[in-house]
Amino acid sequence: MWDYTDKVKDHFLRPRNVGELEGANAIGETGSLNCGDALRLYLKVNENERIVDASFMTFGCASAVASSSALTEIIKGMTLTEAAKLTNEDISDYLGGLPREKMHCSVMGQSALKKAIANYRGIQILEKPGQVVCECFDVTDLEITDAVKKNGLATTEDVTNYLKAGGGCGKCLDRIEELIESVILKDRMIK
Amino acid sequence: MKIVYTDNNATTKVADEVIQEMLPYFGEFYGNPSSMHTFGDQVGKKIKEARQRVADLINADPDEIVFTSCGTESDNSAVYSAINAYPGRKHIITSNVEHPAINNLFKLLKRTKGYEVTFVPVDKKGLLSLDVLYKSLSDNTAVVSLMWANNETGVLFPIEEIAQKTREKGILFHTDAVQAAGKVPIDVRTAGVDMLSLSGHKIHAPKGVGVLYIKKGLKFSPFLIGGHQEKGRRGGTENSVSIIGLGKAAELAKEHLPLMDTRVRGLRDYLQNALLEKISSCSVNGDLEKRLPNTLSIGFDAVEGESILLMLDREGICASSGSACTSGSLDPSHVLMAMQVPFKSAHGSIRFSLSHYNTKEEMDHVIAAVVPVIEKLRAMSPFWKDGKVI
Repeated sequence: MWDYTDKVKDHFLRPRNVGELEGANAIGETGSLNCGDALRLYLKVNENERIVDASFMTFGCASAVASSSALTEIIKGMTLTEAAKLTNEDISDYLGGLPREKMHCSVMGQSALKKAIANYRGIQILEKPGQVVCECFDVTDLEITDAVKKNGLATTEDVTNYLKAGGGCGKCLDRIEELIESVILKDRMIK
Repeated sequence: MKIVYTDNNATTKVADEVIQEMLPYFGEFYGNPSSMHTFGDQVGKKIKEARQRVADLINADPDEIVFTSCGTESDNSAVYSAINAYPGRKHIITSNVEHPAINNLFKLLKRTKGYEVTFVPVDKKGLLSLDVLYKSLSDNTAVVSLMWANNETGVLFPIEEIAQKTREKGILFHTDAVQAAGKVPIDVRTAGVDMLSLSGHKIHAPKGVGVLYIKKGLKFSPFLIGGHQEKGRRGGTENSVSIIGLGKAAELAKEHLPLMDTRVRGLRDYLQNALLEKISSCSVNGDLEKRLPNTLSIGFDAVEGESILLMLDREGICASSGSACTSGSLDPSHVLMAMQVPFKSAHGSIRFSLSHYNTKEEMDHVIAAVVPVIEKLRAMSPFWKDGKVI
């Protein structure tokens, strides 16, 4: 069994802000049925660009539900500018931490929030830059190298835990390995 | 809170009779079964009795029974012995729904020893593609290893028929019968297999003891190199206590076998039918007929397995999503993926596996708990609206 904090368990068993939100004027969606988790985030934003209400619908494991619930609690009352700065670590910290294998649940929350903000501002989120490496979960090489750099990931398992990349058919695991090595090599050269 | 244990394919309760049988050998009778003195030989005699009891369960000769530490060791020993027996043959065959003890071993042999591996596929009901299997048998094949019953779905493979084909072609055949033992009759003589793996803790014996049946006359090279124990087929001082427990468990398993086909099957079907009737958009994984009588793998659309399990856990219900061995992984089970179970229900698949200790009252408790859990999770699922999947 996963080593979930009491806060994760609480937000899973008694999730806050569940369901569609009446009067929502921004929606952000991420994940899919195939991935095994998905989140639809609803925001109600006032004329001062402040989030006055938020709700979610989530398909996924306990930490996906808890991350979604935590996200809505964190962002209520924030301005969009403040919310845009929110990271997946903020969500994880709010819950007292997530198991390493479940960090991607908090990434999902951050991603849905980004999309909802873009949706409110009428910005089309552009095609992701870089080349898709993991076709199962649509993850690009840039996303992988970025996550490796920022979080000090060292193995393909780490990358899968963070981004899901490589967690489907596994065809791209060699490529992920190359990307990790390239980051580590660069890191060494800089030092 | 009362525990309702419906995870018997993961492990089983150690039977009280088994505990009683073992107790003296934890303390008073601690001798080494290989010793020359009477004190040690008392244990040796008890192990001999256990060997006979295990042999009786599968209609083998006691000399054909080798005690190991677990099902995984039995599987590994069988496959390594087979490839050592035919060093010139570089092709091995298994299915793509095996337990990791075989699946990962075959992948390793492919990667590190250059073996060509055929992973025989299954159809949507989890039944083995016999055409593919038979076509892949060749003079270059060292061993075929196939499970008797699948741990996740309970689907049975036609072992007797396959063994006949491999025998005609002169190819060694090993079967992992860890899930089948004690649930369906096993007769190694009529099945005609060369090697067969069993595990103690799946049949109400303790963890840490397994069995490898090796057909008389078969060339065998040991996996654990050591002393003369198990007639030189498995080094290491015997786990006497657990072996003695396994002997008793095997005797009980034989005695209780008829209950599997009557009472346990009845409870499983009762649970299955009630869930299918009370919950929309759910389906049974695996062939309904060619299946262990105790296993129910059922997929609930648009919800996720871990969430279901953790909510059931609150009600004291122990079940499993996919294989317990893979519960540390994020992906849907390789078994359900091999069966092409759609993602919408694969992620929400739960395995209930029963034993003769379960009761109808327990099934009613499970049914009463599952229905609202699925409702609650669907109410927050973005893929569920107005009573159906979107």
